Amino acid sequence: MSTVWLIAAVMLISAASVTMYRLLAGPSTLDRLVALDTLVAVTMCSIGTWAAFSLDTTVTYSLAALALISFVGSVSVARFRVPDSENRGARR
Amino acid sequence: MTFDIISAVLILAGSALALAAAIGVVRFPDTLSRMHSASKPQTLGLLLVLLGAAVRLRGHPDVGMLILTGLFTVITAPVVAQRVGQLAYREQRDREDLLAKDEMRESRG
Repeated sequence: MSTVWLIAAVMLISAASVTMYRLLAGPSTLDRLVALDTLVAVTMCSIGTWAAFSLDTTVTYSLAALALISFVGSVSVARFRVPDSENRGARR
Repeated sequence: MTFDIISAVLILAGSALALAAAIGVVRFPDTLSRMHSASKPQTLGLLLVLLGAAVRLRGHPDVGMLILTGLFTVITAPVVAQRVGQLAYREQRDREDLLAKDEMRESRG
């Protein structure tokens, strides 16, 4: 059983690390927003996996809080962000 | 023991989806394809992990919080995707070769 938790942890940690690259390098604000959404989703998956691994249910409240904060944050960025200038947006 | 195996399979499937989405977010060429990839752990991957955790924590009162989180994610993910997708479509004027079919332009005429 511990092998299963190890595989899940390795997959989630590598997913978060790989997403971090797009968060830092993404050419436009929207790419960073998409990467941030992915990162939050991976974090929520990790917290759920931790709750299942440790049988500790106190972390489940942070799951609901993270879902709320992530929604409000993404919608606010999409609504109020400053558009990228042309030359920066075109660079890939 | 059977419940633990079911929970492990669900959590492994959710983690695999998260990894696939992360690779897609880095590898795909434009924002719309990255969104397509990023929506995998947001709904299906998270629901699989939450279901696996609920199966393993069965009978505990805090399982209601897992159900609430899954419900909230399913409701809010389309709203974020619609807002971001609209903005990404508007800004993608210079990379129209990446779109296989542009139905918004066709409907405008």
